[in-house]
Formats: sequence, C-alpha cells, structure tokens
Amino acid sequence: MLRWIRQQLGFDPPHQSDTRTVYVANRFPQHDHYIPQKFADNRIISSKYTVWNFIPKNLFEQFRRIANFYFLIIFLVQLMIDTPTSPVTSGLPLFFVITVTAIKQGFEDWLRHKADNEVNGAPVYVVRSGGLVQTRSKNIRVGDIVRVAKDETFPADLVLLSSDRREGTCHVTTASLDGETNLKTHSAVPETAISQSVSSLEAIVAVIECHQPEADLYRFVGRITVNHCEEEIVRPLGPENLLLRGARLKNTKEIFGVAVYTGMETKMALNYKSKSQKRSAVEKSMNTFLMIYLVILLFEAVLSTILKYAWQAEEKWDEPWYNQKTEQERNSSKILKFISDFLAFLVLYNFIIPISLYVTVEMQKFLGSFFIGWDLDLYHEESDQKAQVNTSDLNEELGQVEYVFTDKTGTLTENEMQFRECSINGVKYQEINGKLVPEGMAEDLPDAVDSNLSEEDILFLKAVSLCHTVQISYDQADGLGDRQANGILHQMEYYASSPDEKALVEATKRIGVTFNGNNGETMSITSFGKLEIYKLLHILEFDANRRRMSVILQTPSGEKMLFTKGAESSILPYTKTGEIDKTRMHVDELALKGLRTLVIACRHFTPEEYIEIDRRLHEARTALQQREERLADVFSYIEKDFELLGAVGVEDKLQEKVQETIEALRMAGIKVWVLTGDKHETAVSVSLSCGHFHRTMNILELVQQKSDSECAVQLRRLDKRIKEDHVIQHGLVVDGASLSLALRQHEKLFMDVCRNCSAVLCCRMAPLQKAKVVRLLKTSPEKPITLAIGDGANDVSMIQEAHVGIGIMGKEGRQAVRNSDYAIARFKFLSKLLLVHGHFYYIRIATLVQYFFYKNVCFITPQFLYQFFCLFSQQTLYDSVYLTLYNICFTSLPILVYSLFEQLVHPHVLQNKPALYRDISKNALLSCKPFLYWTLLGFCHAFVFFFGSYLLMGEDTSLMGNGQILKASRQLMFGNWTFGTLVFTIMVITVTLKLALETHFWTWMNHFVTWGSIAFYFIFSLFYGGIIWPFLHTQDMYFVFVQLLSSGSAWFAIILIVITCLFPDVIKSVFYRHLQPTNTQKTQLNRNGIGISCLDSMCCFSDGEKACAPVGRMLDRMIGRCSPTRVGRSWSTSDPYYSNDRSILTLSQVEATPC
Amino acid sequence: MMASSYSAKEEDGHPSGAAGTSNSSAMKSKKPDNTAFKQQRLPAWQPILTAGTVLPAFFVIGLIFIPIGIGLFVTSNNIKEIEIDYTGTDASEPCYSCSDKSKGNSTEPTTPCTCEVSFNLEEPFESNVFMYYGLSNFYQNHRRYVKSRDDSQLNGDISSLTNPSKECEPYRESEKKPIAPCGAIANSLFNDTLKLFFVFPNGSKSEIPLIKKGIAWWTDKNVKFRNPGGNNNLTAVFSGTIKPVNWKIPVYELDTDPDNNGFINEDFIVWMRTAALPTFRKLYRLIEKKNSITPALARGNYTLEIIYNYPVDKFEGRKRMILSTISWMGGKNPFLGIAYITVGSVCFFLGVVLLIIHHKYGNRNNSADIPN
Repeated sequence: MLRWIRQQLGFDPPHQSDTRTVYVANRFPQHDHYIPQKFADNRIISSKYTVWNFIPKNLFEQFRRIANFYFLIIFLVQLMIDTPTSPVTSGLPLFFVITVTAIKQGFEDWLRHKADNEVNGAPVYVVRSGGLVQTRSKNIRVGDIVRVAKDETFPADLVLLSSDRREGTCHVTTASLDGETNLKTHSAVPETAISQSVSSLEAIVAVIECHQPEADLYRFVGRITVNHCEEEIVRPLGPENLLLRGARLKNTKEIFGVAVYTGMETKMALNYKSKSQKRSAVEKSMNTFLMIYLVILLFEAVLSTILKYAWQAEEKWDEPWYNQKTEQERNSSKILKFISDFLAFLVLYNFIIPISLYVTVEMQKFLGSFFIGWDLDLYHEESDQKAQVNTSDLNEELGQVEYVFTDKTGTLTENEMQFRECSINGVKYQEINGKLVPEGMAEDLPDAVDSNLSEEDILFLKAVSLCHTVQISYDQADGLGDRQANGILHQMEYYASSPDEKALVEATKRIGVTFNGNNGETMSITSFGKLEIYKLLHILEFDANRRRMSVILQTPSGEKMLFTKGAESSILPYTKTGEIDKTRMHVDELALKGLRTLVIACRHFTPEEYIEIDRRLHEARTALQQREERLADVFSYIEKDFELLGAVGVEDKLQEKVQETIEALRMAGIKVWVLTGDKHETAVSVSLSCGHFHRTMNILELVQQKSDSECAVQLRRLDKRIKEDHVIQHGLVVDGASLSLALRQHEKLFMDVCRNCSAVLCCRMAPLQKAKVVRLLKTSPEKPITLAIGDGANDVSMIQEAHVGIGIMGKEGRQAVRNSDYAIARFKFLSKLLLVHGHFYYIRIATLVQYFFYKNVCFITPQFLYQFFCLFSQQTLYDSVYLTLYNICFTSLPILVYSLFEQLVHPHVLQNKPALYRDISKNALLSCKPFLYWTLLGFCHAFVFFFGSYLLMGEDTSLMGNGQILKASRQLMFGNWTFGTLVFTIMVITVTLKLALETHFWTWMNHFVTWGSIAFYFIFSLFYGGIIWPFLHTQDMYFVFVQLLSSGSAWFAIILIVITCLFPDVIKSVFYRHLQPTNTQKTQLNRNGIGISCLDSMCCFSDGEKACAPVGRMLDRMIGRCSPTRVGRSWSTSDPYYSNDRSILTLSQVEATPC
Repeated sequence: MMASSYSAKEEDGHPSGAAGTSNSSAMKSKKPDNTAFKQQRLPAWQPILTAGTVLPAFFVIGLIFIPIGIGLFVTSNNIKEIEIDYTGTDASEPCYSCSDKSKGNSTEPTTPCTCEVSFNLEEPFESNVFMYYGLSNFYQNHRRYVKSRDDSQLNGDISSLTNPSKECEPYRESEKKPIAPCGAIANSLFNDTLKLFFVFPNGSKSEIPLIKKGIAWWTDKNVKFRNPGGNNNLTAVFSGTIKPVNWKIPVYELDTDPDNNGFINEDFIVWMRTAALPTFRKLYRLIEKKNSITPALARGNYTLEIIYNYPVDKFEGRKRMILSTISWMGGKNPFLGIAYITVGSVCFFLGVVLLIIHHKYGNRNNSADIPN
C-alpha cells in the first residue's frame, strides 16, 4: 500500500527491472508463470491540476511564495485579534491577487487539459484482431501495432516494423522535438520489413526487449527477437529503429510500428522539463529591501508597543474616566495583551510592504516583455524571425550584463559553409569556378584541369562525397520511381545535420563528383559522368569525443574500404601513410585563414579484417549493456592505420555587423569571451577578423599545457606580464585541455589573469567546459552578471548556466532556442537587446521598485507618527477604504505605465553611445545610495505631510472660514477623520507628482494615468463620502471630503505642502545634474539641444540647430543669458563616446571624459 | 517654460508598397507591426530638469508665494482672538472652588457649581464672533474612544436604539437597559454651561445672546444624525433606553427646541465629531453682529459665567473658553502665512543660487562637452 502511494506520488520508479519486454501485438507467452508488466497508457498529461485538487494544490503553491505567506499571516492576525484595521483591508487585496493568479493558472491549465484531450483523443489506426481498427490515441497500449500515414505524427514511441518500401525505411523529421528540419532515415529490421500488410503483421511473433524509458532523445538500446521461419533471430535495435512520438513521417506512404513507450513514458513527454528558475539581480535586491523594510516594520511595531506601555503605566492615560475599558479587556492576561498589542501595531504598519508591488512587478515584466518581440530592429527579414522571449523574469537583467560568453560557429559566423581550399596528398588546391586549381597556378590557366586530376585527387573527392550522412530531398518527388530520373536531378537538395557536410558534398558536385543518393544499403555517385554504386556496409556516426565519422563501403570493384573525416587532432595521430607533415602544415595554414579544417583519410580492409570488424560491430551494436562503451572500443579498433588523403578548408562567413556589435559591447563595459570548439589557429583568426582581438592587443597564450605545475608556471608568468604592462590591452587564448588543468588547481590565479584581459578566447572547448567557465565567472567574488549566447545543442549547458541565456535561431536546430531565455536571429541584435532594451527595462523596474517602497513609506509613516498623539492606541489615521485602495487604485497605474514606457534617452542614442550602459551597470539604481535616498525621501515627505497638516490644523484652530462654499459665515470643526483625509490627499498628490518628476517620457498614457489618478481620487472620495453606506459599520467619512475641500485654507495647505515636499527634490536633482552629471544626463541635454529632427534618424547634423534655436533663445532670454553656444550642438559629428576609429585610445578617452 | 522638445515622432511613413505586397503574399510574415506603440516610439514630451528649466519656476513660485504669504499673514493677524482658561487648578483662580482639586477625591460632582471669570476686551470684535470651548490632554482620538459609538443608532435606527453595537462597550448597557446614545464619546459629552455678560462701566451686567444653532455640519445635523421616529415625542421613543451614566439629563431633554433636541442637538453632534489631537477646541456658540454699526462684541469688560460640571483634573486637562472672529480663510493661524513666506523666500533665494551655478557651471559643462 505504502509503495503504491509512493509510486503514485512519483517517489519510486514503478518499474524495478532494467529492461522492459514488449510482446508485439500483445501476444503474450502462453505459459502460466508469465506476469504481464504494467505500462502507462498512452495518455499525455501536461496539466498540473485536476478539478478536485485545483484549489488546495494551487493555494499551497501560491502561499509558498514568501510575500503571499506574509500577507496571509497578517490577514490571519487581523482575523484573530482586535486590530485597528478591519481584516478586509488586507484580505481583499490578498484575495484579489490570489484569485487573479489562480484564474490565470486555472485557465492555462484548462488550455493544457484541452490540448491534452485533443492529443489523447486523436484518431489512430491500430492492428487488432486481424484488422485495422480506428481508435483514440489514448487507447494505444504498449505492444500495439500502429499504422501511421504520410505527414502524420507518431502517437507513441514506435519501433519500426515495416514501411511501404521494400527495404523497410522511412523518413521523418524531428522538427518539433529538437528543431532539426533535415530528413532522417529510420529503418526496420529486415525480418519484419517484409510484413507490409495487416495480415502478414498479424502473423509476426516477435518480442522486443529494451531499456526502461529515459529522456535522451538520441539513445535507444534494445533488441528484437523474431520468430522467422521457425527460427529465432535476434536483431539489435538502436535509435535508427525508433520513431519518436512527436516526430512526423515524411516521404513515406505508411509505416507500421509497435508501441514500446507510451504516454508519459515517451521520450517527448520525459523531455517536458520545467526549466530551473533564474532570478534576476533586481529581484535579489528587491528581496533585500523587503528584509530591510521588514526590520523597519518590526522596529516601529516594537517601539510603539514599548511606548504604549510606558504611557499606560499611569492610570490617567491608560483608563481615564471618559474612556473606560471593558471587563474583558481588564481581565485578559498581561502577556497576551502585550502580544496582541504588538501584533496590532504590526498590522497597522504592515502596508509598508506592499502586496501590490509583486502584482505590479509581474505585470510590468509580462507586459513589458512584448516590446522585445515587437521590435522591428530585432526582426530578421531573411529568415522571417522575430525576437522571442521565453521568460519575462529576466528583462532587467539584460541591462546588467558584465560578461558575454559567445559561441563562435553560427553565432559570430553565419554557419553557412563554403568550401574554399583543400590539400590533397601534399598539394594545395583552391576552388575557382567549380574547378580545383593547385595553389600558385595563375587563375587563367587552361580550364582542362579535370584531366590533370590524379588518381589520388579523385579518390579524395570520392571520399569527400561518400563519407557523410547527407540526405537528399526532391522537391516534387511524389513517386519514388522518379528518384533515379536524371530529369529532376537539378531539383534535388541536400539535407545535412551538419552544414560542413552539406558544403563539402555540394563542392564535390561542382567539381564533378556528384552524390546521387543513398537508399540505406547503397550509395551512388556520379564521378565525372560515370555512375558508381557503393554498397554501404556501416556508418560509424560522428560523436564529440572521437570528433570524426567514418563509413565502411564496398567499392564497385568489391573491395571493402573505410573513409573517415574529422578534426586533424583526432585523425593525424592514427595515420600511417600519406603526406602527413605537408598536410599538417597545410591544415595550419588553412586554419590561419580562418577556415574550418577537416582531414580526410581512408583505410583498405582485407576480407579477413572486414569479417572481424563486422563481427565486432554487430556484437557491440546488439549489446544491451554498456553499448556505448563497447561501441567506442570497436570504433577505436577500426579507426586506425589510416592512409591520409588530404584536408579540406571550409569557410564560415562572419555574420554582418559582428565587429560593430562586439565593439559596442566592449564600450558598454562588457567583457566578451569567445568559447568555441574550433582549433586554436582558426579561433584566433576569426577572433581577429571579428574584432574580438585587436591587432594592437598583446595576445597571451595558455595552450597545450600538459601538467599542473607547468600550467601554474605559465599562469604566473602571464600574470606578471599583465601587471608589468598596463598600457596595452591584453587578450588571452586558452584551450580546453589547459583550461581544465587551470581550473583544477589554479582557479584563483586563472581568474586574476582573465579579469585583467580585455578579451578572452577559449578554443577546443567541450560543451560542459563552456558551462564550467561560465560558472567560474559567475561564482567569482565580484559575482558578475553573465550572458551566454549560442545557437547549437553544444551551447545549451552554457545558456542554462549563465544568468541570461540567449539562443540564436540558427541552422543547428532549435535546441539552444528552446533552452534560452531570449532568442534572437542574429548576433548583431544583441547590441540592441542589451544596450536599448536592457537599459529600458532596468531603469524601469529599478525605479518601479524604489518608488513602490517610497510611496509606502510615505503612506505608513504618518500613521506611525499619529500614534504619538493618540496614546499609542493604534488609532488609524486614514479610513479603512483609503488604506485598502491606496495601493490598488490611487497610486498603482501611473507607476505601471511609467514602468512600461519610460525612456531616459532615445533608443538610437542608447545604441550609438554604448558608454551609457555603464551608468546602470552593477545594479547602480538599486545600490545602497539610491535606496537610502528613496527611503529617506519617503520619511521626509511623510514628516512634512504629517507635521505640515498638524501645524496647519493647529492645536485647535479650525480651517474653515466664511469663504467656504457651502455655508457662508460659519466656522465648523474638523475631526480626526478630516485630519487623516487632509494628510491622505496631500500624500496622493505628492506621491503622484513625484513620479511625474521622475518621468522623462510623457506619452499620452502617462498624462492620462497621472492626472487621471488624482482626478479619480477626488471623484472617488466625493462619491464615497457622499453616501451613507448602509452596509458599513461606521459612517466616519460622511461628507468629510467635501467639507475639507470647501475650506480655502485646506487648498492653500495642500498646495504649500506638496510644493515644499517636491522642491528640495527638484533642487537636488538639478544640483547633481550640474555638478556631477552622469553620461546619461549629458546625453539628454545634448539631445535636447539638438531638437526634434534629431530623433527621426541618426543622421542629423545641423538641422536640429535651427529647430531648437528659437526655443533656446527664448529660454536664454528668460534666464538672462544670451549666448547661443549652449544650444545646437550635435553629437553625431563630434561625439566623445563613439567614433569609427576603434582603437584603444578612443576607449581610454571615454573613460577619461571629465565629469 | 520647460526646455523640452516634443518629439512628435515619425508617424511611420515607412511601410512602402513593396513591403505591403510581400506581406500579403501567401505566407503570413512574422514581421512585427511597425506602429509607434509597438516600436516604443509614441510621441512623447521629454522634459528635463535643468537649472535653466527650473529657474523660472523657482522665481515664479517665489514671486507668487511671498505675496500670498503676506496676505495670509495679515489676514490671520487681523483676526481677533481671546482665550480664557477657567480650569481652576490654582487656588488663586476663580474656578478653583469648583474644580476637582478642591473637592479632594469625591468623584461625582453632586451639585452644580457656578463660577465667574472676568476679562477685558481692549479692541472690539467687529464681525461675527465664534465662541469655543477648548480642552487639552483629552484624548478624543484614542482608538477605544473613537470607535465607541453606534452610527446607526445615531441615525435613528430603532433596532440599534434598543440593541446598540458591541463597539459601545462598556457604555452599552446600564441597569440592563440599552444606553442611548451609547458609547464612550456620547457618555463624556462636554456639559459645562458658558454664559457671557457684558459689564457696563456702572457695574450692571447684560447677557450677550448666544446662538446655539448652526454650529454643526449641515449634513451631520440633517442626514447623519436623526432622531428615531421623527423629532416629536422623543420621550416615548427613548422610553426603553437609559441615559448615559455620566449624563445628568436624558438625551431627549438636551434642549427644549424640538429641532435641537435628542440626537440632533448640535452641541452633541459637535462633540461626536472626535478631534484629531489631544488638545482641541470645539465650537460652542455664535455671537452674531446685530447691525452693521455696532460690533459683535464691543470694547469693555466681560464676565464669563460657568456652570462647572466637567472634570478634567484627573488627566491634568485644561478647560478654556475662546472668542474669535474669523476671516475667509478660517480662524487665527499665522502658520500658513509664515510658511508661504518662508517657502517663497527659499525658492527665490535658491533661484538666485541656481542662476549663479548655471552661469558658472553651465558654461563649463558646455565647453567640456565639446571634444577637440
């Protein structure tokens, strides 16, 4: 029973054995002791809740948030003890927030339910009881034979039994799983492939044994035992036999497959992974502030409680004759009374931590994140991709980035490979107009080079055109018979998972060796017009550890041979013959030109050797345990004693504006690290060409370190070197092996070196190493904010590790995009994303947070001060309705609109002056000083409101004179509620206007909500005070507001106090602006001088001068100055921050710009 | 006034014909709309606070505030006010005999005690005069006190009359009967009676007519406070209830005028509006000017006659009587005028300082910005 519960809760894996046995068509063995294994049904459940558990589960999850819990506690306290404010004041907002969140989550879950039902109810065809039966997707059981037609998705993980093709192959795309759009070939084992009809499938008696479900999409280990012609044949099953749920059948009419993993056990479902929550620096600061305010709250409550008891010590204050206690109060225990007093004060002041802060922040983030997707500048026309926001939690983090880690291939470069050069048998060739021309030969040599191609050259070309996993798709290839027809050959298109391969195959086609296709067993090429058919025996797939791939083929002449291609470091060591030294030299030369290099080699097998290899491969491939290890052993046994054929150099074009982007990032104070898997020379040359390294930089190297001590010595040497030489900038090159040494023992030293280098390049990096580097930086003492950007699956770990992960929607699938926080189409968009959007979001949210705390300090401090005048009796200053609505209605919208639209500087300016990014770096707006400023400002304003009103109401002066509107010559009295309302009115106006002063970007919406909020407050108050509310317990506010407004003095007081509050603040900002202007402020001034036309485009020079001159002159006259020099300066021509000359001198000049 | 620019922005004149047609072609493009809103290019006013922009504001505020302040100050100074403390804590004071001090510990003042305080007006109070009583150290704003009332009872609700709100405890029931009006506020109604006499030089006195209606908010008197079952026959309506413990007379005997009796007695309504601060004054009576020639209160000697009931000694309170004229801006309050003058002067002064800064640093900033 207990186990059952644990299983249901997901603690215990329900299956105990390592493998599952699937009987095809559920033909279980007929002996008695067979216990059927239990499998999950094919129902996909992505929803979180059911109707029954929605309320408890959702509430539980919501109250796990610390803030919600805090408000719940406050609410409960209010319910339990006699508190000054009614439970409604905190219960209502809490209820509102919880309900809205619950509705939102419930709606999302309902959508998921709907989607689930749609998926689970989709019609599928299953072979049952001798025929094809239509049923619902959710009814598929493990062991069922499922029929899938062309362009349908697979309803479960199926092992392919047969297709309509004789050889039992089919093509699928896994675009919805990993985003790879190429066609993949999957095949059935030959014994089942012949059963192409329902009746023959019925006859199959087969058992599949495979691993228990696991999430890895590319791993499947199993074997099938088929009763074929009265004998049991065992065949290995691998990923190529498995059709994954979610993938789509292509180019094949129909297939039959047996379901092995169903429902939540399919690989797709197992890959539903909730991404780990990343928290932004702003959120962390916010939590710190919350803590500080909690302390302030506790302090105020404790102080009030103590003072209350100090007062109460004397009976005349505790219980004067006019204000007796009830019996109950007198008799309650002292300690209980003390605690309840403390709690009452806590409740009274609890508004200092505003519940609406969270709601507003969430809304701001959610709504604000739309602007990224909407941005036309982040839209890539060619690929029709706009920027994509996967999480809105990190918007402001974009404005805080200090380190950028970028992948090279596909991120800095296009990942669009172009074959450029090759080295064959020690001779270097270039491709010119589809011809191979030996290096050094003049380009206008006779074009009959073809005939000059030697045997080796042709073998090399054939090797290149055979050793790959490229697929061919025919655009209008409906009938399979058309495949061989020459007429449509020109329409064929190569699909490859790696762009290198595609580029190589296309290059050989241009030169004359055309790859025609591969039908699973044979590969055909047309070599200079001659059709050659090779029998494909084995493919040793590429993997990152071996860094090479091979094919074993039977040549038309019957010889068995192996072609391999891979990184030079993984092939040259195993090479026996060939021009090894020359080729190595050539490879280095090619790499220096920034080309990606691959080395091609071959090996001839004797028949005996081949039999041995075949046997070993089969053994390893059918192994159920440790298949990978055994395969790796076999591969290394096969891949040796190569004969070197040559090397190719493939160019990867740089993306546009990479150089400018890197330069801009650097000027913004962001350090850029390039992490790549490429080899040292290639990486350095690309680094140089994309402006990551300057020619003037001193490049330090930490490469090919073999031992710990050696590495340490080198590190110390570099460190010394850097410290000696301050003037010049340093760049560091590290390779993967040295890095792992450096990280193992000398992390600190390494970090020191890295921090002092303005550019770091890490080459030969494994994916996990990339993540490690990011983590190293992230956890270093300064705790810098890191950003990782990449496009491939190998960047995923880095993207997930960094504070902000950005995926490039490139050619290497969408895995990076799916795991990223933001996705963009091009590297160049990064500068706008960070410099403009990051800047906007940061200032918006920072001001939002500060302002929220400020306005609640303003709100609650008068209540605290009032306690000094009412014997600490917890009397509220404001009416309950005002307490409740202050944060919800009266002051919420202006800040929300501000936080959606504020722009300190125009986007163009931000993008052109990356130095402005430095103004907000290191969480500048939420550091100690601004926080103190806002908090103190809040307290000061609160003091002014309270004591201003206090002095004004006077000890006993009434404010209403005979100038009042309602009744002439009557002087009426104000009570405590009028006093509170006066303070509240002043506060609402001041707090709203304070935000107005902070606003630099007044759209019509800002105007609307700012003035609208104040107007709403007045209208609401008039309405609220104008009616005797039948359901309210007291009528304290009846006509209070009208009486207040009918007093002339009250108006004078409101104007005076509001101005008194705001003016010191204005003066402060003006003084700072003039004495210590930040770059941002300077820019604002300049921009202002330039005037209107400047904003239209970046190319404004002197036009603005004219436009602004009248305004400027008028201004000057007003302030008594007549110098026209102040206005009309343009930054475009004479800009101190940015120039086209990207030298170090410019950079240092920026830093030295006098303030 | 603000050095600002309207960046009335490029209203997206970009969508060219070519883009339009390509968008309408078969595939729906993911291209974001080029609208000012989505591109964050809404036309906006972008004010910047610089010395140049705020300087005029400073001067303007200075120039407006100082005259207003002077005006307010003068108005306030023209208001005549006299305050007479009649608590009688000191043996030399006329009301000492009536105060609790002299009676020792006997809490309940048994017989009404009357005392007289004389004072002299050196200047006549020309316009209408308002008469207040003032209390200090009296915490009408104590939470237990503030909430100790039943608004629906005071609004004339019959059920609340016989069953007052729990908030009224411990002044809810007395002798098993509901108290009307219930609660601590009502119970502690100020019950001194003040009379004012003009003393002619020959020694004879003439009582000055005090008007007791029109001292409460109109809405309070007519809407918020109502007698149960109309203003007539109050004795019958209140028959099931009992007077508050400290009261000498029941609520329906507060006045003989049916329009000022019961819950709508204006003295009672004024008292029920709890004061914000422990030292407060409440309007007691009006002294209206009889005609345009004679002042409301002429220069001369006056006697204040007090029927001394209200005990304030226990909490060291003070009792005062205040006579004051008012202006359009209310009672005497020099603070507002002084504050306006101060703020105005500070603004003006800062304006000058900023002007200097602007001249000195404004130039320097500009020259620093210009690169070589």
